[in-house]
Amino acid sequence: MIAARRIAPTRLTAGLAAAVVALALVACLVGAVTLTPGQVVAALGRGLGLDLDGARRDDVIVWTLRLPRIALALTAGAALAVAGALMQALTRNPLAEPGLLGVSNGAAVAAVGFIVLGDPLVARAPAAVVPFLVPVAAFLGALATTALILALARRSAGSATLVLIGVGVAAVSGAATGLLLFVADDAQLRSVTFWSMGSLGGARWVLVVPVAVAAAVTLAVAWRQAAALDRLLLGEAEARHTGVDVERLRRQAALAIALATGAVVAACGAIGFVGLLVPHVIRGLIGPRHRALVIVSAVAGGGLLVAADLVSRTVVAPAELPIGIVTALVGAPVLIAIARARGAA
Amino acid sequence: MVRGDRGRPMLPTSATPGIAAAVSLAVLGAFACARASDEARHGAGARPARIVTIGGPVTEAVFALGAGGRVIAVDVTSTYPAAVAALPKVGYQRALSAEGLLALDPELVVASADAGPPATIEALRAAGVRVELLPPADTVVSAAERIRAIGRAIGEPGPADALAGRVAADSAAAAAAAAAPSGRVLFLYARGAGAPMVGGRDTAAAAMLGLVGATSAITAWSGYRPLTAEAIVAARPDAIVVPARVHALLGGTAGVLALPGMAETPAGQAQRVVAVDDQLLLGFGPRLPEAIATLDGALAGAP
Repeated sequence: MIAARRIAPTRLTAGLAAAVVALALVACLVGAVTLTPGQVVAALGRGLGLDLDGARRDDVIVWTLRLPRIALALTAGAALAVAGALMQALTRNPLAEPGLLGVSNGAAVAAVGFIVLGDPLVARAPAAVVPFLVPVAAFLGALATTALILALARRSAGSATLVLIGVGVAAVSGAATGLLLFVADDAQLRSVTFWSMGSLGGARWVLVVPVAVAAAVTLAVAWRQAAALDRLLLGEAEARHTGVDVERLRRQAALAIALATGAVVAACGAIGFVGLLVPHVIRGLIGPRHRALVIVSAVAGGGLLVAADLVSRTVVAPAELPIGIVTALVGAPVLIAIARARGAA
Repeated sequence: MVRGDRGRPMLPTSATPGIAAAVSLAVLGAFACARASDEARHGAGARPARIVTIGGPVTEAVFALGAGGRVIAVDVTSTYPAAVAALPKVGYQRALSAEGLLALDPELVVASADAGPPATIEALRAAGVRVELLPPADTVVSAAERIRAIGRAIGEPGPADALAGRVAADSAAAAAAAAAPSGRVLFLYARGAGAPMVGGRDTAAAAMLGLVGATSAITAWSGYRPLTAEAIVAARPDAIVVPARVHALLGGTAGVLALPGMAETPAGQAQRVVAVDDQLLLGFGPRLPEAIATLDGALAGAP
């Protein structure tokens, strides 16, 4: 899975960063509504307090519809990609990914469960805390699922076992969702659809903040533990011999994965395959060293989601395609390719 | 990124009663003038030329009011009248895209209460698009009231009043003339072939059954729930009502009767399965009198 010719991480990062900036610019200019670059620039300027002519409609399109989506795509993509890289390192398996292994499902079930059953708690909680209750529930769900998967995967970390554990966890989540659907009322059902399909359509600035924080924390944890993660690739015993506190590493990484997945699921539902696809491709380009891998993956993950969201909101305009469909169309073939390559090896 | 609504007038929060009264009077006066001038111009200003309708019964009502020519797009639940097939579709009413809607440059979005998500509605309003969300309807009175609300929104209050009155009177007459079929009726619903559900209390289906004087076989719960064979047997329905689309999806009457438990019910033994067009049956729109008569006729005419 490691290409013979590698690209220098710094050059790749610079190139990718430039590509992501260009992509974000395109995403800002393109949408269902046709705005000229001049109109977009004027709207951007007005938002920054400049006195420029233009329509209020343009301001809304740029500042409340396009920019929050781009910001959410960048941060959520980064969080998912780094979480995927961490999960692959912990399980020493390139098939590991929060979506595929059911961590996203676990977060979604907790979020849905809270929406359906959490009314008594919402009634008692102070108003300032209420907006954070669903993200916290999603985080706890992600944490519980991550802990479960890591505990189960530890005894036998073979690919097949790991994926089967994921299937089992997904089945349990499916059952839990079914149970919740049974007791949910119609208004709650609407939210459930959102959680299970994934969409950046609800992006607002207030949603970007927790995702950005989660992405930053996850990236910081991965960066600090990069050397230990590299040694873990050699095997758990080997890592221990070279002085890595494997238990502590596992705990920290699991918390980071849960934080990233929970925050993303709470803001935009379960979006699959980003955590699988991005670290895998980047590892092929620059090699398995984690310090570079997590940084480049974060940038590429953000770019991938910006591109996927651009597709999801333009191809069927004036309607919108769930973003999970786009990421699955790109990601599923890669999953099959990895599985086949490992089967052949 | 924090943009003030510079164009929107702020209401004084600590105004003296005098100022408040003056403001109220001024506002009332302005409304009265606007009303009068609207009527003088035959409502030209209050008659949006580019309308997006969201929700099957809403679209039906706008077309029934003769304003179909001003509708520029509809949602996917809008399937009647046939003219809507040629219009652009803005997707599912609960997952509307703000920018997609703005791209159509509408003056007015008239939508059922289900329309959303809320962020989309907020963004549309912020962009200066008038959005009218209508209350749900599941009685003759609320159906007529919704038609009036739609009429006010699209600038056709007079015709809407007439249509609402007609719908209310005809519905009442149709309900009064209904044969009031004896026995218990089960409403069957499905989103896919493998997931049949039955309707309980507080559903449009239960309300329709009530209008034709039929007894719903399920009163123990509200909303729709997955069907179990034993629950079907225990409900002892004498007839099964199925939306036409679901009827086709399940493989017709034979498919419905092949569902587990169905054969053990009186309805199954008598093969009393009634298929009615979904939009007609559950819409509570301008075709409500027709819906009542159709359901009643189908129940009375079933073998």
